Order: sequence, then C-alpha cells, then structure tokens
Amino acid sequence: MNLPILSIIMFSPVVGALIILALPEDRHTDIKATAAVASFISCLGSIYAFFAYDHTLGGIQFEEQMRWIPGLGVSYHVGVDGISLPLVLLTGIIIFSGVLVSWVRDHRPREFFAMLLLLVTGVFGTFVALDLFLLFVCYELAVLPMYLLIGIWGTTRKEYAAMKLTLYLLVGSSLALAGVLVASVASGLGTFDLLELAKVNFGPAFQAAIFLPIFIGFDVLGGLWPLHTWSPDGHVAAPTAVSMLHAGVLMKMGAYAALRVGVFLFPDGARQWLPWIIILTAVNVVYGATVAFAQRDIKYVIGYSSVSHMGYVTMGVATLSQIGLAGATMQMFSHGIMTGIFFAAVGLVYRRTHTRQIPELGGLVRKLPFVAVAFIIAGLSSMGMPGFSGFVAEFQVLMGVWHTYPIIAVISLVGVVVTAAYILRFTYMIFFGPLKEEFQDIPPTSTLEKVALMFMCAFIVGFGVLPQPMLAVIQTGVSELLAAIR
Amino acid sequence: MGIPILSVITFTPLAGALLLLLIRKDQEELIARLALAVTVVPLILAFVLWANYDQAAGGMQFTEQHEWIPVLNSTYTLGLDGLSLPLIVLTAVLSFLATFYSNFTIKERVKEYFMSLLMLEMGMFGVFLSLDFVLFYVFWEVGLVPMLLLIALWGGPRREYAAIKFFLFTLAGSVGMLLAIIAVYLKTDTFSILEAAAAQPFADNFTYAATAFWAFFIAFAIKLPSFPIHTWLPDAHTEAPVCGSVLLAGVLLKLGAYGLVRIPLSLFPQVFGYYSIVVPILPVLAVISIVYGAMVCMAQWDLKKLIAYSSVSHMGYVLLGICGGAAGIYLGGDKLSSANLALNGAAMQMFTHGITTGGLFFLVGVIYDRAHTRELKAFGGLGTQIPYFYGMMLVTCFASLGLPGLIGFWSEFFVFRGSMGTIPLFAIIGGLGIVFTAGYILWNIVQHMFLGEPKERWAQLSDMEWWEKATLWPLVATMLVFGIYPTPILNLFNTAMESLTHTLLR
Repeated sequence: MNLPILSIIMFSPVVGALIILALPEDRHTDIKATAAVASFISCLGSIYAFFAYDHTLGGIQFEEQMRWIPGLGVSYHVGVDGISLPLVLLTGIIIFSGVLVSWVRDHRPREFFAMLLLLVTGVFGTFVALDLFLLFVCYELAVLPMYLLIGIWGTTRKEYAAMKLTLYLLVGSSLALAGVLVASVASGLGTFDLLELAKVNFGPAFQAAIFLPIFIGFDVLGGLWPLHTWSPDGHVAAPTAVSMLHAGVLMKMGAYAALRVGVFLFPDGARQWLPWIIILTAVNVVYGATVAFAQRDIKYVIGYSSVSHMGYVTMGVATLSQIGLAGATMQMFSHGIMTGIFFAAVGLVYRRTHTRQIPELGGLVRKLPFVAVAFIIAGLSSMGMPGFSGFVAEFQVLMGVWHTYPIIAVISLVGVVVTAAYILRFTYMIFFGPLKEEFQDIPPTSTLEKVALMFMCAFIVGFGVLPQPMLAVIQTGVSELLAAIR
Repeated sequence: MGIPILSVITFTPLAGALLLLLIRKDQEELIARLALAVTVVPLILAFVLWANYDQAAGGMQFTEQHEWIPVLNSTYTLGLDGLSLPLIVLTAVLSFLATFYSNFTIKERVKEYFMSLLMLEMGMFGVFLSLDFVLFYVFWEVGLVPMLLLIALWGGPRREYAAIKFFLFTLAGSVGMLLAIIAVYLKTDTFSILEAAAAQPFADNFTYAATAFWAFFIAFAIKLPSFPIHTWLPDAHTEAPVCGSVLLAGVLLKLGAYGLVRIPLSLFPQVFGYYSIVVPILPVLAVISIVYGAMVCMAQWDLKKLIAYSSVSHMGYVLLGICGGAAGIYLGGDKLSSANLALNGAAMQMFTHGITTGGLFFLVGVIYDRAHTRELKAFGGLGTQIPYFYGMMLVTCFASLGLPGLIGFWSEFFVFRGSMGTIPLFAIIGGLGIVFTAGYILWNIVQHMFLGEPKERWAQLSDMEWWEKATLWPLVATMLVFGIYPTPILNLFNTAMESLTHTLLR
C-alpha cells in the first residue's frame, strides 16, 4: 500500500478542524462544507480500507511506522487488523452521518465542528494505534473535547453531565495509564510498542494484578456495570452528533482498548478475572434493558439501551472464544450504527417538536415517515431480529457464552425480551397513535437528513442479510488474537 | 426437477413484496391485483409438488442445500416431506384466498397491507421448508413482524395491545428456542435438523435432554397455543383484521404444531414420551386446552372471540395426538400402530383446523361487514334472511365440530383412536371436549344467529357477494370432498409419520 491510508483517515478531520478554525465566524456554510468534506474523506478512506483488507492474508495491514519520541521508546506506529478495521469503518460512517445531521446547527458552528473533528481524530487514532503512548494520547483526545461539546452545546443538565462524564472517563483512563506504565517499565524493553510488549511473558501473578485496573479502567468507557452511570446522563445532555459518536463509537473505544491492551497483553490475567467480569456484563444486559423500559425521556431510553447492548460486547470478550469474540466485534459495529440511527432520529424529532418526553409525542409517522422507518429498522436490529446485523452479533455472542457459562446466556435472554418490549412500546408511542395539534406543521425530513439515515440503515440491513464480508474480516482478526494469547 | 421449486415457492412472495415497493401507493387496484397474481405462483407450485411427490419413496424430497453462513456452520437447506407438503398446500391456498378477499375489503394503506401479507407468506413457507435450525429460526422470527403490523395497523379497537402481546409472547418463546438450538449444535456439531435428529443429542443425559426439550416445547406451545400460555390468542384473533385472523389461525398456529413434531419429537422422543405417559404433564395440558377451551367458548358471545377460543380447544387435539404418538413410541412394541394413528390424527387435525377455522374467520368477516357487530345475542333468525351464508356457515361449523362426512371427523377420530391405545384416560377426558364443542357450536352460534325469530334490525341484510362465495367455496368443497374421501391427504401424512416412528424406534 503506497498511500498512508490510515494516516489520511486519521488526520483528515484534524486538518479540517484547523481550516475551520481559520475561517471567519459567520461563514457557516463554508464551515459546514469543510467539516463535511473532511469527514467524507475519512469515511471514504475507511470504506476503501475495509474492502481492500485482504482477509485471507490477515494480520496487521496498512501498517505505518515513524520515529516520534525515541527517548521514551514511543513511535508513531499504526495498523489495522480484523478487529479494529470494522471499528474504523464504523467511525467513518458515524462521523459523516453526524456531520450531515448537524447541518442546521447555528450556534457557534465553527467551534462545534472543529471540536467534533478533533474528537474524531482521537477516535480513529485509538483504533489504529499500535503504540501505547499514541493510543493514550488519542484516547484522551477523544475524551476531552467531549467536555466542551456537551458543556456548551448540550441540553438537559449539560454542565453536570459534562463534568460527570469527563471525570469518570479520566479516572478510568488514569487507572489504565498507571497499569500500562507499570507494565512498560516492568517489561524492561523501554518501549511502548504494543506488538513488542505482547511478546513479553509477564509472570501470572503480575498479570493478575495488572489486568484488572487496565481492563476495568478502559471498560468504564465501555459502560461496564456498575461504572456506567456517566453514560445515560452524558448521552442525554450531548447534542445529537455528539451522542451519535459517544454511544456509537466512543463506548466501543473503551471495550476495544480493554481487549487490545488488557486481554492481548495480559492473557493469563484475563483468564483469571474474566469469569467474574462476565457476571457484571449479564447485569448490564438485563438491568440496562429494564431501566430503559422505565424511562420517559427517549434519549434516556436509548442511553440505557446502549448500556444494555454494550453488555453483550464485554460478554463476548469475556468468553475468550472465537465465536464469542467475533460476536462481540460484530456487536460493536452493529450497535454503533444502530445507536447512531437512534440518536439521529431522536435528534431530528427533538429539533422539530422541542420535547423528548415520550408521553408528549405521538403520531409522528405521518409527518416524519423516513425517520419512523429508520427508527424501526434500528429497533428491529436492537431486538436481534434476523435480517439485521444485530441478530448476527447477538447470536454469536450467545453461542460463545452458552458454551462456557450457560446460566449467563439464559439470563441475557431476559434482556432480549425486555428490549423487544420497550422498543415496541416506545416506537408505538412516538410514531403511531394520534398526532398532536402542535405537531401538525413540523417541517419534513430534509435531504441531508435522509441521506444520513439511509446511509446508516444500509449497513444495518446489508450486513444483516449478507454478513459474510464483515464476518470474514472479523474472523481473521479474532483467530489471530486468540492464537497470540495461547 | 431442475428448478429449485421450494426456493421459488418461498421467495416469490418476497419478490412480489419488493415489486410492490416500487409502485406508487395511490395505485391501489394495481397493487391489489399484483399481490393476488403473486400468490397464484406458490399456489400452482404447491399443487405441482403434490402431484410430483413420490409417496412410495417417502422421506424428504425436492431438497436444496447451499452454503449460507459458513462461519456459523449453517447451510441453506430446504426439503419437503409428507408432513410439510399438506401444510404448504394449506398455506398457499389460505394465502391466496386471503389476498383475494383483501382485494375487495382493504381500502386503507393498501400497499403496506399487501406487502405485509406477502412477507408473512414467505415466513410461513420458510418455516415449513427449513431443514437447518438457524434458517428455521430466521423464518420463524421473520413471520412475526408482518403479523404484528397486520394486527396493529388494520385491526380492531384494542389492536395495539393485542399486537404487542402477540409479539412479545411469541418472542419470549423463541429466545428459549434459540438457546436450545445452540445447545443442540454444541452437542451435535451441526445445525441440520435431520442430522441432529439422527444424532439424538443428550440421549444419555436425561436432564440436559429434558431442559432442551422444554425450551423447544414452550416455544412451540406458545404458538400452538396450549394452555396455560394461550392467553395471547384470544386478543390477537379478535383484534386482527379478517385476513390476519385467517392466516393466524389457519397457518401460524400450525407452525407451532409442525415444530413440535419436527423438532422436540424427532430429537428427544424419549423425553417427549416420558412426559406423555410416565409423568403425563403434556396430555394434561392438552386435555385442559380441549375441555377448558371448549367450556370458555360456551361463555363467549362475541363470535370472533368464540372462534378464537375454539382454536385453543382444537389445537389441544393436535397436542393430544402428538402426546399419544410420543407415548406409543416410548412404550414401543405393539403400541406403535396406535402411535401412528395418533400422529396421523394430529397432523390431519393441523390441516383440517386450518381449513375450517380459516373458513370460519372469513365468514365472520362477511357478517361483520354487513351487521357491524359480532354480538351473537344481537342476531337471530338469519337463517331465513341470508340463506347462502347460513348454508356455508353451517357446513363450516359442523366441519369444525367433527361431524362425520365432513373433514373434521377424520382428524378427531384418528386422534382419539390412536391416543386410546396409548394414553386412554386422556383420550376419554378429551372426548368430553366434543360434547362442549357441539354445545357452543349449536347453541351459541347456530341457535342464536340463524334460528329463532327474524329481527327487524336485520331485515335489510344482503346475502353473500360473488367474491365472498368464491373465497369460501374452495374451503367448503375441501371440507366436503375430503370429508367423504380423506385418503389422499391421510396417505401423505402417513408416509411421514410412519417413517418418523420407524426412525425413532430403532
């Protein structure tokens, strides 16, 4: 590969952000167009990378390495494998759709889009980083703009939510950082390179001690119960595109980092602790779904639904089996898109109705049929209905879990039924039934909004009906990871 | 046959639905006629299958197998045998008639309605034809959403409640089934239903076998529906639009019955037999469904709700027959012929109930269209005023009741005769159901609707239209012809049931 495609994907948003910051405050269209182009380049690049990845060959591809801070043993080392590639694709899809959905934002768009793009660079970087220092820098880069994005452009209790989210995630990442630093020093190699560190055989006691803070520290961002409480408030307060990124991508970053750093580097520690952690994930699934059912604010519903569905991700990881991990990765992708659709739909509704309280909505299918259909597609996927990507993911996770911890599988199924219940109920209450007087004249979905929704739905349905291309990539990555940790 | 006829049958409705998607929604007539034309294809092909099925050879025929999801080891496998063939014919006929009837009655959101009907048809065919567990599960779930839509959008006053209840109940059963499917896979290393049946998973470990069995059983019993998890049915049937009820009662319930024979009976015959005769929980549920279901019918004065509960009662016969068969297989030896009879009866009842109850729901549609009420006590003396309707209703009701000479008799007779050989106590108690059935048919329906003094209110009622007659005649003719000469259908079921009992007995 001659083109440094991963760097292009990663830095296009930052370049876009810099250009935007240089533009005058009032050139709204130019600002948005720049954001659109920058995110489109990343999106296109990620789609290209996904289909150009040779899954028969496997391994790390599109690798790039450059000296950065030799004194610290830090290099700019990036690459993707079968596990990170779908997540890169996911990020590309979500950021592009997010920009389109945010087109009408007119309150300080310059800072908004610049922050958004900066955040996305961090996200891309986390997924492609093969150097732990780079991974951390990008991780923090993804978290800190969140504070501003929620605190300035957010809604319900935004300052509280922004502070809570940032503090939680910083505590989590500090924990993980401490663990990683200790490990790097203990390795005696004087490097932060992930692949080099993976070759080191840390002692089992050391691994057991170091795995927990790293895994838990990262998985706070993955929404692991009971450290998930930053998530619903954060989801609700954030503006639409930020919620899409947050639930759709950032939470995956947490689970991914937990897998890539925690499990990959310290497999013996993983084998010791994961059988306990899997119990927490079962709580995620059932508790998240049950609490979602009790919510009146639609964004809280989706927030808790994310907590529930992310439970499947960590659950799949915790099985340490081929099919469980494959399911977990598929779930990261599938849920990411699905929640992107949910938040986009909700954002479009809120923009027109100025309420997110479900009892106040109703009958919106007549005015916003596109949004209703997109919401229903995402809803069916979230219930695990065959024909949508969510089924492929959940089925594999269940297969993996059933093999090793059957009780957990049975408990999770309660989550499936409750999920179906609240999806049906809320879809009906929001989109069907009588249309309120005050909603008679709401504007219809704009072209850009339709494009964003259709773009995301295409992946849910496409990979639901034809999961092979995605599964092939994922399988390669998972089998290599499992082989490496044997 | 060069062409993959089973795939064509299953996916023609899908192709039709996609075609409908492209038509502008105000071209309602075009949409309705096109949907009808699409349902003709599976109808013709179903009869072609019937003519070409080799009864002497028996077993699975017209099989197709392709790679589907290699990473899950799941293949796209379809096949047809003596059990599924009549059910395919039933599905094709009822879908065609429902589409035909809807051409004249559905005026709102026509495009979405016919698309839902066609998607539902695909789901139903897929379940009957799938020989791979994952494929089976996919089609099972796929059928849920169109029915949800049919009830929720075109149904009666409590439609949302009924639709969600239907969906959630069935889904809850399905997820249990999903786990059981995974358990079977992990034990047998295959998702093929036939291979799994041959492998007899967990045969050495009763606890595991029983757990898997119950997971499957509950899923199918919800759909059947069996007491005590039948409570979704009265609401769903009553609130569904006419054709929704026809397909729900006529075909969807058979998915549960078919599933019981194809999966738990084939994979865990010993467990099924155990719970049929040693710890006879299952026959108890069956007779409660039969007798309690019929008694509840006697207290119903809403015609649609009455027919809904009658479905609970009639599907109880199916369960009783399957239990009788399972008990016979468990006991072995000379009980085998009784087992065969019982299973034949159960299978025949699947077909019979589909025809008769499908007919009944169409007839309810006919009268509701005119009278705008289903209150039985409001009617009276209709026999003289709308004699054609009276005639058709009478035949259908008596077929449902099991009058000799009509189709319903044979299925009930075989169920009782077969079960009497293996689980006689339950056969006798179940026989009580016939008395109550006669009661509610004759008293609640015939007496209150058709006999007695004509009422002023109904003086202007018109008799059946040509298209209503055209919808009912194929069903009524089936009831009459196969009532007198049931052999063609019985033979088909027999080939399947005999091979099943022989395989299970080794």
